[in-house]
Amino acid sequence: MVADIGFGSLMITLIVSIYGLGAAYYGQQNRKELWVLSAKRAMSLVFPLLTISVGSLIYLLLTDHFEIVYVTEVSSRSMPDYLKITALWGGQAGSLLFWSWLLAAFTSAVTLRKWDRDQDFLPWVIIVSLATLIFFLILNVFFENPFIQYWQTPEGIITAFSTPPGGVTIFPRDGGGLNPLLRHPGMIIHPPMQYLGFVAFIIPFSYAMASLITGRSDDRWIQLSRRWTLWAWLFLSLGLVLGARWAYDVLGWGGYWAWDPVEISALMPWLSGTAFLHSVLIQEKRGMFKQLTMVLIILTYNLVIFGTFLTRSGLLSSVHAFSKSAIGPIFLAFISLTLIISLVLLTRRWERLKSREVLTSFFSKEALIIISIVLLLGILVTSFWGVLFPKISEMVTGQKVTVGPPFYERVAAPIFGGMLLIMIICPLAVWSYASFKHLGKLLWKPFIVSMIGIALPLYGGLTHWAAVVAFWLISFVLAVNVFEFFRRTKIRRKNQNDSWGSSLLYILKKNRRAYSAMIIHVAVVLMALGIVGIEFFQTETQGTIPEGGELSLASYTMVFEKLDIFDTDDARNVARATVSVEKDGQIIDVLYPRRDFFYDSNQPMTIPGVRSTLVDDFYVILIDWKTISAEGATFKVYHNPLVKWLWIGAWIFIFGVVAATWPDKKTKLVPVRAK
Amino acid sequence: MTNRLRRILQLLTVTLLLSAIIPGYAMAQGSEPTDDEVNAIAKQLYCPVCENISLDACGTAACEQWRNIIREKLKEGWTEDEIKTYFVDQYGDRVMAEPPRRGFNWLVYIVPLLVFIIGIILLYRAFQIWRSPEPEIISKKNSKKSADKSTDEYINRVEEELRKRSKG
Repeated sequence: MVADIGFGSLMITLIVSIYGLGAAYYGQQNRKELWVLSAKRAMSLVFPLLTISVGSLIYLLLTDHFEIVYVTEVSSRSMPDYLKITALWGGQAGSLLFWSWLLAAFTSAVTLRKWDRDQDFLPWVIIVSLATLIFFLILNVFFENPFIQYWQTPEGIITAFSTPPGGVTIFPRDGGGLNPLLRHPGMIIHPPMQYLGFVAFIIPFSYAMASLITGRSDDRWIQLSRRWTLWAWLFLSLGLVLGARWAYDVLGWGGYWAWDPVEISALMPWLSGTAFLHSVLIQEKRGMFKQLTMVLIILTYNLVIFGTFLTRSGLLSSVHAFSKSAIGPIFLAFISLTLIISLVLLTRRWERLKSREVLTSFFSKEALIIISIVLLLGILVTSFWGVLFPKISEMVTGQKVTVGPPFYERVAAPIFGGMLLIMIICPLAVWSYASFKHLGKLLWKPFIVSMIGIALPLYGGLTHWAAVVAFWLISFVLAVNVFEFFRRTKIRRKNQNDSWGSSLLYILKKNRRAYSAMIIHVAVVLMALGIVGIEFFQTETQGTIPEGGELSLASYTMVFEKLDIFDTDDARNVARATVSVEKDGQIIDVLYPRRDFFYDSNQPMTIPGVRSTLVDDFYVILIDWKTISAEGATFKVYHNPLVKWLWIGAWIFIFGVVAATWPDKKTKLVPVRAK
Repeated sequence: MTNRLRRILQLLTVTLLLSAIIPGYAMAQGSEPTDDEVNAIAKQLYCPVCENISLDACGTAACEQWRNIIREKLKEGWTEDEIKTYFVDQYGDRVMAEPPRRGFNWLVYIVPLLVFIIGIILLYRAFQIWRSPEPEIISKKNSKKSADKSTDEYINRVEEELRKRSKG
């Protein structure tokens, strides 16, 4: 019954979406505003309709309706309620429905804005976003229906939505349960954030297409979609950070990023989206690079669909590809179609988008930004090729190969270095004109301060040249930003005779966008510090030790105190070691690395014990133990210097993006318009 | 297949011969390799089952078995390269973290480099075009275009300006 309601509203959403698309097109072609209005109403309906569908599925999950195939696949009786809800995106069909639901939320939200001044955009925004939604709804309705049931027929057990001839519903006693890797707080937020980031980019893309189709070459679409873009970027960044954190906390390999194909598929839209944001900036300030901005948003949209395709098609095997299915070819067809259409539109408007402005200096802000965009695209191209190559190799030579972390790191490391270098100069560079002399004047003080970044590591006995360079670049960027804040506050203080505090507050408020950008860049540098720490200086050791035995790494010693093995209420078998951490003969911490075994899904999960400080992380994994626990257990221990800065930087980064995204006070806009 | 068998046989013969000829060689054997020594090699290998997880971090039974093979080989006195070659011979190139640099695989390394170089050239050319003096472009355009078109352009410009002004 509930499944019928769920599927019914899914079908109705599909029909309403198709109607909306048709009505928008008809209304636009025949200049009938009522039809466009009707399409707009249809679009605002998709969200409530899909909410019924999603609500039904959540109800089925919560009430253990195991006759539904999806519920059996991802849920089990012993799971707590909050996990049953998150099981909504724990499998293929459910996550596609969830994806569509989020997209519907955004498309419906778009209809809420006032359209008086941009009537010509409206039908096309409706058409593009609904077309994307229709594609995902079709996947859900015809290929990955989350509401199909088990039936007993004379021919055996089959799965279908409606009753097959002679079929009787089967009610399995229990389900397989959610993949244990997904039973983690990080996993509750990571996928929704990732998906939100993905779907939110569809809105700026719709505006871009509307702008191309209507032939408007102004910046209006960028103004309209700026906030959507920033939200999309925020969610995508959050998704990546939470994913990295989850990997660090749960996957138990001592790291946060493994250049796994699915990680890369989430990184690629982020890279092109970041490039897009920067290109938008140049377009707004200088009216240049309109073509590039278009190319980048088209690229981002297609990478979003491609990323979903990679995760959902089963084309790739990785820790993320949780299920396999046959929707691959349909995805490819959709990507090719949208790519071709958008590129055709772009070439038709290519001339019109040409800028009249010229580049006046190599040291101007726009020149520096364009170089960093090229660098971002460099990582993008390498990532794209690295992900695809194993498949290509298999098709051409029949030989499977692995393209692993060393391949990507070789490219990404110098490029990140290059971007740090640009981040040094960029806050000081000005639009359209900047000379080397002018920059030099502003750079020499921070440069001298940044020497600390070379001196300290060398003094500390560091010999790795790349690490020394990295530390220097990091301290240089930090110094430049601190000096810039200081310099501007000083000017304000001098002019207004204000206190230091109120001057700082004033300049922060006055140009919030610019300063949130500075905060974001400082955050990136802090993250770089963490990355350099773990990439260059991670050490590890492994050993089997009896109770009371010791393992030493870096300046730490861990002592294996005891091992407890017990069952929990939610059907887990837990083996938990108690480990004390010593430094200089003093016990400084007690850690509990453990291994949970999930009875329902027959899968283990390793959870490390971590002592984290600003200087380093001491990371202990319980690998194995002898049947008589007193005989000993095997531990793997990692020493990860500076990695905490990665998380600190990440949160500052998110803060910076939120600050940039936060709506302006309305009063600010009115006087500008009145003039 | 025969090729692979032959290589394994060759390797075995060499190992046997070596252990027979060099007396000190046998001395090095037998000492139990540490977990760290095993992991140092396992880190560079990927098993075909759990794709994209390096062997030292993988918890499956298959990978456990592989690590034991490494341990055995180390005990027998094999070098790191020999052990890696052994796994490549057994399971193909995919056990290595990167495709070996030969034949078709070169593409994986060359294509990003090529794209990057093309990108740099394009960027350089674009910079040159953008930096070329503006008046020349405008005068050329004006001389080519008919009067209608230039008014069109003018109206476009005005419209764009107006839109910019009324933003928000």
